[in-house]
Amino acid sequence: MSCSRRDFLKNTFKTTLASALPLSAFKMLSPAEVKAYTGDSSIRWVFLVDTQKCVGCGLCVKACKNENEIPYDPPITRTWVERYVLMKNGQVHIDSPFGGRDGYTDTKINENDIPSNQIAKGFFVPKLCNQCKKPACVQVCPVGATYQTQDGVVLVDRKWCIGCGYCIMACPYGMRFFHPVYKVAEKCTFCYHRITKGMKTACVQACPFGARQIGNLKDPNDPVTKVIMNQRVSVLKDEYGTKPQVYYIGLDTNVR
Amino acid sequence: MKNHVLRPLWVVLAGIALLLIVRYFIVPKDFGVEKGGNFTYNFHRLSSNDDWMNFKVKYRGREYCLECHEENVESILDSPHELIECENCHGPAIDHPDNPEALTIDTSRALCLRCHASLPYPTSQRSELPGIDPHNHNPGENCVDCHNPHNPDLENM
Repeated sequence: MSCSRRDFLKNTFKTTLASALPLSAFKMLSPAEVKAYTGDSSIRWVFLVDTQKCVGCGLCVKACKNENEIPYDPPITRTWVERYVLMKNGQVHIDSPFGGRDGYTDTKINENDIPSNQIAKGFFVPKLCNQCKKPACVQVCPVGATYQTQDGVVLVDRKWCIGCGYCIMACPYGMRFFHPVYKVAEKCTFCYHRITKGMKTACVQACPFGARQIGNLKDPNDPVTKVIMNQRVSVLKDEYGTKPQVYYIGLDTNVR
Repeated sequence: MKNHVLRPLWVVLAGIALLLIVRYFIVPKDFGVEKGGNFTYNFHRLSSNDDWMNFKVKYRGREYCLECHEENVESILDSPHELIECENCHGPAIDHPDNPEALTIDTSRALCLRCHASLPYPTSQRSELPGIDPHNHNPGENCVDCHNPHNPDLENM
């Protein structure tokens, strides 16, 4: 094979030019430009539940059902309140009739009489969607009907959901359920229609005792952020690795 | 290549083409990820965000009630019931006074008992609330027959 000096130079020049072209695709970006490009939202909605303050009135559950048009009588709900009564002999009584929708007005638990002098601890734990940072329910959706918004809320697209129920099985918190009217998977939206208008969620507004609070984790001056950053808080089922974003004050090992 | 290889190959290719065509028409145009989103968690119909944002607000909050019912809001704010939102008892405002014209006020005993049925739980704030035993304290009566929820102070009864 022969190669003239002219051909050699020509080919070398061409190759250099061709290989240099893709390099021009790389561009130096300032950190601000990178941030704008990655669409890093300035909002991350988080929830703070103070179980010390909850009295089990269930007004949050009632408000949630009315606000979000969840059928009132079937035993389905986006948020619920659990009652824990720990006896001195180590026995634990837990109940949540209708998710605590009508409040707790009776000392009986699951039709059992509870002698009040034997109670060691008794408290209420409100629960709602944890709006996980790594939501298992989103990963399993086969059609892309459930997703996480840029501000951290997990939503279900009612027009696109096929009702397969994978997400209901995947959620470690048993948060999701099937909506009997729309026939799609249903979940707490942190009242997305309210928080995006600057309002509190229906449950936060309805709670007379401030047991429920919503805040923006990316705002260091938000009172909720200050509590989460500076006080002792915990989350439910941390071991599942879903990075739940509902923080609790005053949890007990019996709460799962 | 021989025909018995080519023929099924064409069938497969036609199948793939058909799938792509059908997909093109069925999948909404705005399906994708937001700028900076990732395909693991953000892949969705983008206008679904707006669907949720446009959901109807029903509980309008105390400030909304205050626009017309200043006197009533002030009376509750002066009472031990100041923590309780109007709509917890008066029902969601929605578009009141247009829709509904009049709200249905819940004056039931069950509503009061949500907080005032005494439960002896030492570690809960519930036991610190003024409470009654619903089986012994005038069973069957409506609390509002004796107590004024806007001024529940027992001395002013």
